[in-house]
Amino acid sequence: MLQYTSEILPSLLSGTVMTLKIFFWTLVASLPLGILVSLGRSSKFKPLSWILSFYIWVMRGTPLLLQLIFVFYGLPNMPFFHIVFERYDAALFAFILNYTAYFAEIFRGGFGAIDKGQYEGAKVLGLSYWQTIRKIVVPQVVKIVIPSIGNEVINLVKDSSLVYVIGLGDLLRAGNIASSRDVTLLPLVLVGIIYLLLTLICTWVLKVVEKHYSYYR
Amino acid sequence: MLKLENITKSFNGTTILNQLSVDVNDNSILSIVGPSGAGKTTLLRCIAGLDRPDSGKFILDGKEFDPADDSDTEQIIGVVFQDFNLFPHLTVMENVTLAPIMVLKQDKKSAQETAESLLKELSLESHAQQYPFELSGGQKQRVAIARALAMKPQILCYDEPTSALDPSLRDAVGKVILELKKTGITQIVVTHDPEFASNISDQILKVTPINK
Ligand SMILES: Nc1ncnc2c1ncn2[C@@H]1O[C@H](COP(=O)(O)OP(=O)(O)OP(=O)(O)O)[C@@H](O)[C@H]1O
Ligand SMILES: [Mg+2]
Repeated sequence: MLQYTSEILPSLLSGTVMTLKIFFWTLVASLPLGILVSLGRSSKFKPLSWILSFYIWVMRGTPLLLQLIFVFYGLPNMPFFHIVFERYDAALFAFILNYTAYFAEIFRGGFGAIDKGQYEGAKVLGLSYWQTIRKIVVPQVVKIVIPSIGNEVINLVKDSSLVYVIGLGDLLRAGNIASSRDVTLLPLVLVGIIYLLLTLICTWVLKVVEKHYSYYR
Repeated sequence: MLKLENITKSFNGTTILNQLSVDVNDNSILSIVGPSGAGKTTLLRCIAGLDRPDSGKFILDGKEFDPADDSDTEQIIGVVFQDFNLFPHLTVMENVTLAPIMVLKQDKKSAQETAESLLKELSLESHAQQYPFELSGGQKQRVAIARALAMKPQILCYDEPTSALDPSLRDAVGKVILELKKTGITQIVVTHDPEFASNISDQILKVTPINK
């Protein structure tokens, strides 16, 4: 069994790398985009706020699986201009769009929790809107949203397995291939263990971040 | 000299300030007193540029200015809010130096030097590295004063500076305000405490609720 494990481990690990790549780039892009979208949504410029509300509504109201299939299999069949993505790009595109919407909704709650006195305090000191957002508001919002962001981050680890459907070689696919080829359950157990490790690490990192932000109340 | 001319402000059709005019001499202390709901805070917010009056003029040394316009970096008005509005995620030092660095483009070192001497004058030097949640009400208020002063405003406004403090601290703020007068700054103090007002002010403006 140990021998078999060491035989399939390389393919599982290369699947893990794909899973981590999707995880990492989705976070790197979606977190800042989520902040921008939630700011845009509360913009006084109504068309912008309507468009972003609509976008969030669609992203949160339809399955991520559908969005993935739509981007990879659907967009190339568009009537006039065919948008064709590589598998990996399609996966990232769909994940970033989807997670940006969820993060935007979380950040909206965070921004709403900031007292208007903070904006006024900054304004009478002469800080501009963007200086206020960057130096005063966002740092406080981050502290507020960490627990909810944490839940989404752990969901993302697991959601990344959905790329299976567009044939991307992630961790789940690596395990499933080995399992059906060798007619054994072990690869799937190993896949489960790797996911557990990944979510454990995420939980731990989040604890550290949360602790870092406990320096003030 | 600061002149307010015919300041009028209404909310949803209810007039709160009606054609209010007042002159404030340089280096003097004006108290604004009146019952709750009279419009004291509203007037202060107009002076601070947080609300816009429906009509009226602000004139400083003969020149009209718009308190709500924050395009020029020169600070005319500083504000000490009733609940201070300190930035909870920043230390006392960072609260005081943030705007001088970001807005006046001072370098960090000279901003800190200025801040240190301000904190010292307000007996806060041992609290520079603490966060607002670690301070008492009176200390928070003095941080708010230091933060406003670091921008070198010509006029410093206070909304109810005594309301969050116990009586012994009330006299302490009074002292701070009188000390600051010696530095040449003009101060406007909103309060509903007539005794406090008469102790500190050169001039008292009474506002009364307007009956419809
Ligand atoms: N943003 C607003 N929208 C509508 N009405 C307002 C607003 N701000 C103040 N008012 C009204 O204006 C009136 C004056 O309020 P203001 O806060 O200026 O009173 P105040 O003299 O400071 O009273 P207090 O001593 O209780 O602080 C009140 O009737 C209040 O309801
Ligand atoms: Mg008031």
